[in-house]
Amino acid sequence: MDFALQAGECVSVAGKSGAGKSVLLRMIADLDPHDGDASLDGAACSNMPAPQWRRMVTYVAAESGWWDERVEAHFLPGTDFTALFSAVGIPTEALAWPVARLSTGERQRLALLRALTPQNRVLLLDEPTSGLDDENTGRVEKLLRNRLSAGIAILLVTHNPEQAARMATRHLRVRDGQLVEEPS
Amino acid sequence: MSPPLLGYSDLAIAAILVVLNAVLTWMFDLGLTRTILIAGVRVIVQLLLVGLVLKTVFALASPLLIAAVALAMFAMASYEISSRQERRFAGAWGYGIGAGTTMLATVLVTAFALFGTLRPSPWYAPQMLIPLLGIILGNVMNGVSVTLNAVSTAIVREQPAIEGRLALGTDRYTALKQLQRSALRSGMIPIINQMSAAGVITLPGMMTGQILAGMAPLEAAKYQILLLFLLSGGAGLGALGAVYVATWRITDERDRLRLDRLVRR
Repeated sequence: MDFALQAGECVSVAGKSGAGKSVLLRMIADLDPHDGDASLDGAACSNMPAPQWRRMVTYVAAESGWWDERVEAHFLPGTDFTALFSAVGIPTEALAWPVARLSTGERQRLALLRALTPQNRVLLLDEPTSGLDDENTGRVEKLLRNRLSAGIAILLVTHNPEQAARMATRHLRVRDGQLVEEPS
Repeated sequence: MSPPLLGYSDLAIAAILVVLNAVLTWMFDLGLTRTILIAGVRVIVQLLLVGLVLKTVFALASPLLIAAVALAMFAMASYEISSRQERRFAGAWGYGIGAGTTMLATVLVTAFALFGTLRPSPWYAPQMLIPLLGIILGNVMNGVSVTLNAVSTAIVREQPAIEGRLALGTDRYTALKQLQRSALRSGMIPIINQMSAAGVITLPGMMTGQILAGMAPLEAAKYQILLLFLLSGGAGLGALGAVYVATWRITDERDRLRLDRLVRR
């Protein structure tokens, strides 16, 4: 499989469960051993330290992991939390909460927020709104559109064809280990 | 006071306690009778056998024979470590990490004790070397196996959190720091507890043995202190080595988590 992503472009990835959508994203983020290579502006992933690549090409898993008991510890110091949190409908006080107090939907949104840094060039998002109601899905999509207009590219795995139509300009499908482009 | 030598009749009297235990658990139907009796028989057979073997080794004092005994001890410890792991590394690493770190820590600490403080002559005098090696090896083995098990179970449990950090561009050692700390802690807590409780809560086994055998309490205490330092040094070195080798092996140079290198037993 072979494909390219332009700056400011959102491409959706669909396919049955277990077809390999997450594997594809993890491969691009270089989180699993794989054949082939990815490159950003001509700089190959294999030619730079993996952490440097992942700060630019950032993968957000469908199931979020938390490495500290406090929410705050997962964010870089100096982040503007008021604007960031309210954009996805989470009160700023949540910063002081223990992670255990967060609902599934709150975890999902915060896991996305903590991945947003000024270094991002490409976001690899694995079903970023799967557990959210319509209102919060709308908020997340708005946030992502802002990122797109700032020139960030997004590869979006989604099971929701309407979301794919709303967000993406091109649509890919993983089928039998192949990546095929679908007509819009 | 010369050490009171024990006769087999003395042991038979002490064995009444084990038999009593077995009878009681049988009367209350607790399902432990067989296990207790088998353990009792094992103690008799194993220790008398070791006593016989050591008697021969001490009498011959052949360096080759001593080396063979030491190697056999290492092999058994390594097997014990790998069989105590819930998940272990695939291939030769499953045996190798435990065996390598245990051997290294044990040899270093034993050599330190032999050449640094005890200075027996010759240095390989089996009366000194074998018991010393045995007790250090046992402690290092415990430290290493607890630590390795803590690393591999925690890494599987914490996979989403660790990969979450890696995905944001954290390097592998930063992402695993927390896990390394807690694994090291679980490997070293037993020996730290043993040092803290020594003499206050229990009289350590070796010291008790020496006092019973007629040694002056203060002399026995000095031996015990030396020994506890050696044991903590060994367990610490072994656990530290195991943590670093295991976390190095379970990640790769592209800062990826390689759970495919672990196999469930």
